[in-house]
Amino acid sequence: MSEPVSELVLWAVVLVPTVVGGCLAVAAFLGGTSRALDRMAAPLAVATATLTLVVSSIAALTRPSVDVPFMAGTSFGLGVDALSALLLPTVAAVILLVLVFAAGDICESRARFHGLMLLFAAAALLTVTATTLPVLLLAWEVMGATSYALVAFWWRDERRVSSGLTAFLTTRAADLGLYAAAGAALGGGAGLALPDLADAAGGWRDAVALGVLVAGLGKAAQLPFSFWLSRAMDGPSPVSALLHSAAMVAMGGYLLLRTAPLLDATGWAGPVTAWVGAVTALLLGAVAVAQSDLKQLLAASTSAQLGFVVLAAGVGAVSGGAAHLVAHAATKSLLFLVAGAWLSALGTKQLSALPGAGRLWPLVGVTGTVGALSLAGVVPLSLWATKDAVLAGALEQSPLLYVVGLAGAALSAAYAGKLLFLIWRPLPGDAEEWYDKEETGTREVGRLQQAPLVVLAVGAAALGVLALPPVADTLRRALGGHTSPVASLTELVTSAVLALAVLAVVARVRLPEPQVLHGWLGLEVAAHAVLVRPTLRLGELLARFDDQVLDRSVTLTSSAVLAGARRVGDLDVHVVDGVVESVAAGARRLGQLARRPQTGQLHQYFIQAVAMLAVAVILLVAVG
Amino acid sequence: MLSVIVFLPLVVAVGLLSATWLADSMARWLFLAATLVEVVLVGIVWAGYHDPGTGRLAYQEQVPWIPGVSSSYHVGVDGLSLPLVAMTVVVFAAGAVYALRERDRPRLQAALFLFLEGVSLGLFVSADLIVFFVFFDLSIVAMYFSIAGWGQGDAARSAMKFFLYTFLGSLALLLGFIGLYVAADPHTFDMVELARATPLAGSPVAGALVLAAILLGLAVKTPTFPFHTWLPSAHTDAPAIGSLVLAAVLLKMGTYGFVRIAMPMLPQAWQAWAPVIIVIGVISVLYGALVALAQTDLKRMIAYTSVNHMGYIVLAVGVAGVISRDTEQARAVAVTGAVTQMVSHGLVTGALFLLAGVMRDRTGSYDIREYGGLAAVAPRYIGLFAVAAFASLGLPALSGFIAEFQVFTGSVAVVPVTAVALLGILITAALFLRALQAVFTGTTRGLSVDFTDLRPSETWSAGLLLALSLFVGVLPRPLLDVIEPAAHTVVGLVGR
Repeated sequence: MSEPVSELVLWAVVLVPTVVGGCLAVAAFLGGTSRALDRMAAPLAVATATLTLVVSSIAALTRPSVDVPFMAGTSFGLGVDALSALLLPTVAAVILLVLVFAAGDICESRARFHGLMLLFAAAALLTVTATTLPVLLLAWEVMGATSYALVAFWWRDERRVSSGLTAFLTTRAADLGLYAAAGAALGGGAGLALPDLADAAGGWRDAVALGVLVAGLGKAAQLPFSFWLSRAMDGPSPVSALLHSAAMVAMGGYLLLRTAPLLDATGWAGPVTAWVGAVTALLLGAVAVAQSDLKQLLAASTSAQLGFVVLAAGVGAVSGGAAHLVAHAATKSLLFLVAGAWLSALGTKQLSALPGAGRLWPLVGVTGTVGALSLAGVVPLSLWATKDAVLAGALEQSPLLYVVGLAGAALSAAYAGKLLFLIWRPLPGDAEEWYDKEETGTREVGRLQQAPLVVLAVGAAALGVLALPPVADTLRRALGGHTSPVASLTELVTSAVLALAVLAVVARVRLPEPQVLHGWLGLEVAAHAVLVRPTLRLGELLARFDDQVLDRSVTLTSSAVLAGARRVGDLDVHVVDGVVESVAAGARRLGQLARRPQTGQLHQYFIQAVAMLAVAVILLVAVG
Repeated sequence: MLSVIVFLPLVVAVGLLSATWLADSMARWLFLAATLVEVVLVGIVWAGYHDPGTGRLAYQEQVPWIPGVSSSYHVGVDGLSLPLVAMTVVVFAAGAVYALRERDRPRLQAALFLFLEGVSLGLFVSADLIVFFVFFDLSIVAMYFSIAGWGQGDAARSAMKFFLYTFLGSLALLLGFIGLYVAADPHTFDMVELARATPLAGSPVAGALVLAAILLGLAVKTPTFPFHTWLPSAHTDAPAIGSLVLAAVLLKMGTYGFVRIAMPMLPQAWQAWAPVIIVIGVISVLYGALVALAQTDLKRMIAYTSVNHMGYIVLAVGVAGVISRDTEQARAVAVTGAVTQMVSHGLVTGALFLLAGVMRDRTGSYDIREYGGLAAVAPRYIGLFAVAAFASLGLPALSGFIAEFQVFTGSVAVVPVTAVALLGILITAALFLRALQAVFTGTTRGLSVDFTDLRPSETWSAGLLLALSLFVGVLPRPLLDVIEPAAHTVVGLVGR
C-alpha cells in the first residue's frame, strides 16, 4: 500500500469513530429525544465500528506512522509498531462486539449512548497509536471523561453519577503523573516522543518514570487506586465490557508495557512496578473471591489480572504481558457481557440470585463457562499460558515475586470457580423471587446479545497461542524482547495443576467473604477520610477566610479611609473654617466699633476733631 | 486598519447614544452587525499578518498626540496582542448574539458595550503607555456603568467596589509608567522604545520599585491572590454579558500587561521578582480552586475559578524570569501556554458566564442547591454546560488543555517544584463535576421543574465560543503559529 494511503488509513482509525460519535452525541443533546435518531443510532454505531475494525486491521498490517506539528515543542505523532499492531485489532474487535451486544441491550437514549461509546472508542484507539506524550495524554484524558459520562449514563440515579465522578477524579489524580512526566521530559532534554523518554538526563528520567508509573497504575486500577473500578460498575454492562476489560483499564497496562525500557532504565521503577502488580494480583484476587455481586467480582478480577500485566512490564516480559492483555480482553469482556445479559434478563447481578442461571440460556451459560475456565487458568484455555509467560519473567527476577504471582493465579481459580459452580447448580424452585431486585428483567436474551458471546468465547479459549510456541517466539522477536523468558514445562504444568486443585477445593468448600475484602480493602473509605473530606474542609475554611478576612479587610480599609476623610472634613469645618469665621467676626466687631462715633451731630464731630488734634500735638511734642 | 477596528465601535456607540428615536430591535441588530463587522475586519488583519520580529509591530500607525511628554497615538499588533484582539471581537459578537433577547434599555446597553469593545481593542493594540492607560481606565468606567446600570442584587455597591479597587490599581500602574518615563533617556512613553532601551537596567532598586508599582496595578486587574476580592461580587451582580466581557476581556488586560509591559521593559527587575511572581501564581491556582470548591453560588464559583486560571498565567510568566542555561525552549513553551490561556479562558469562562446568566433569566437564582435533575427538562443546557465545564477543567481536545499543558510542561521543566500547581486541575475537575451533578442530575426538583431549555440566542452565543475552544483544542496550530514567535521574543527580551 502506498504511503499516503496507509497514512490516511491510520487517520481513519481515529477519525471515523470520532466524527460519527461526535455527531451522534451532539445530535442527542441539541436535537432532544428524537425517535428516529435513537432508532438509527445502534446500526450506525455498529457500521462505524465495523469500518473501524477494517481500517485498524489494515493499519496493523501496514504499520504506518504520521507526525504533524502540534503544541510548542512537540508534535502530534501516531504510529503502529508491533505492540500496537497486536492491540489495535483487539480493541477494535471488542468495540464492535460490545456495540453489537449493546444494540440489543440498551433501549433508552441510544444516540447518547452510542455516540459516547464511539467517542470513547476513538480515544482508546488513539491511546494505542499515540507516539508522543501529549497525544497519549489527550487520548488518555478523553477516555476518562467519556468513561465518566458512560458510567453516569443513568443520570437520574445520583449514586451512579457519583460513581462516575469517583472514577474520573481518581484516574485524573493519577493522570497528573503524565503532566509532570511531560514537564520532566522537556526539562531532561529528551523531547516528548514516547520512545525517547528513557533518554532524559539524570534525575529527570526518574521523574518521568515516576509520573508514567503513577498514571499507568491509576488507569489499570492497581493498588492503591483500585477502588474506582468498583464504583465504575454502576455503569451499564456493555460499558464495563469495553472500558473495564479491553480498553480503558487495559490501557494502563499497555502504557507500562510500552514504557518498560524507561522503567527498566531507572533501576528502581522496574521492581516497584513488578511488586505493585504482583501484590495487586494477590490482594484484589482475594477481594474478588469475597464479592457477592457478579460485576464486583469481575471488576476486582480485572484489577488482579491487570496486576499480571503490570508485573510483566516491571520485569520486562513485554511479550508475555501483551499476550495476557489481549487474552484477558477477550475473556473479561465475554464475562461482563454474560453478566450484562443476565442483568437485563433477570434484573439482578447478585450471586445469591444466580444459582442455576447457566441453565436458563444454554449459549450464555456455555460461553460464560469458557470465560470462567479461562480466567481460572485451566489448560488449555488462554489465560493459563499467558499468565505463565508473565510469571516466567517474575521467576527470573525473584522467586518471591513468582510465588506471590502464583498465589494470585490460585486466587483467580478460586473466584472463577466460585462463579462457575454457582451458575451450574440446579435452578432453585424459588428462583423467580430473587430476580428483579435491581431492575425489571426482560426474561429474554436476544440474538444480538448472544452472537458476540460466541466470538469472544473462541478468543478466550484460543488466544493462549500468543504465549505458546511457535507464535510466542514470533511475538517476542517482533516486540524486541529477546531476553524475555519462556515458561518452562514445569511451570506450565505446576500452574495447570494448581488451577485444577483450587477448583476442586472450591467445588466443596464455601468461600469466606470477610468484610474488609468484600469492601475492597476499605480503600474508598480511606480516600474519603484522608483526602476528600480534608480538601473540602480546607476549601470551606479558605472560603471563610476569603470573605471574613481578605474581603473584610478591604472593606475595612475603605471604611477607614472614609472615616478619616470625615474627620478631615470636621477639621475643615471646625478649625480651618473656624479661624476664617472668627477673623471675619473680629473685623465685623471692629466695623461696629468704628461706626459708633459717626452720630451725625456737628458739635460731637468738633469735640472729636479737637481731641484728635490734641493727641496729635502731644504725640509730635513727645516724639520730637 | 487597526484604527478603524478601534474607532468603528466607538463611532457606532456614539451614534446609538444620540439616536433616541431608534427602535429597540434595531438597536439590538445594529449591535450585532457592528460586532460582526469587527470580526470580519480582524479576520482580514489575521489573514495578512506576518510575525514582525523583535522590537517591531505589524500594522503600525503612529500620530503625535501629546508631544510635550513625547506620547503619541501609536498602535500595532504582534503575536501577543493579535490573539487577544481576535478573542475580544469574538467575545463581543457572542455577547451581541446573547443580547438579542435584552429587554432592559437595549439601545443604551448596545452603545455601552460597543464603547467597551472599542476601548478594549484600543488597549490591546496600543503601543504607548499613556494610550494604554487611557483605555485601561475607560474600560473600568464602562464596566462600572454596565454593572451599576444593568446589574442585580447589590449592584451599586459591587460596581463601586469594582471601580474603586481597580481604579486604585490603575493609579499604581500610572505611577510605574511615570517611573519608566522619567528613567528613559530621552523621556518617552513609547512601548517599543522603552522595551528597546530597558531604562532601569542599571538601577536595581529603582527598577524593583517601578516594577512593584506596575505589578500591583496589574495584579489587581488580573486579579491574583490577595487582590481578587472585588471579582466575585462584581460577577455575581453583573448582567450576563457584563460578566462575559469582564471575565473574557477585562481580566486579560492585567495578564497582557505582564507580557507587553512589565517583562520586556523591566527584564532585570522581572528576574529579581520572578520567585515572588511564581509563588503568587501557585497560590492563586490552589487558593482560587479551593475557595471555588466551597461555593454554592454558581457565578461566584466560576469567578473563583478565574482566579485559579489566571494563576496559571502568572505562574508561567514568573517562570519565564528564571534564567538558566538550556531552558530557553521550556520558558518559551510556558509563555506560549500563558498567552494561549488568555485566549482560552476568554472563550471558555465567557461561555460559562453566559450559561450561568440563563439561570438568572429563568429563575433569578444561582444557588446550585435549589436545582437538581435539570437535564430532564433542559438537554441543550446540560450539553453546552458540560462541554464548558470540561473545557474549563482542562479536558484535552478543548482549548484549556492546550494552554495548561504548555504552562505545566514549561514550568515544571524550569522550576520542578511548580508541579504542585497540577493539583489545581484536579480540584477544578472536582468542583465542576460536583456542580454539574448537583444542578443537572438526580430527580428533577426545586427550581428545575419549570425551567425552559436554552433559546436560540443563548445556544448560539455560548455554542460559538465553545466551538472555537474545540477548534483551538483540536487544531491549535493556527493560533500557536502566531503566538510562538512572540513568546520566543518575550523570553529573549526577559533574558537580557
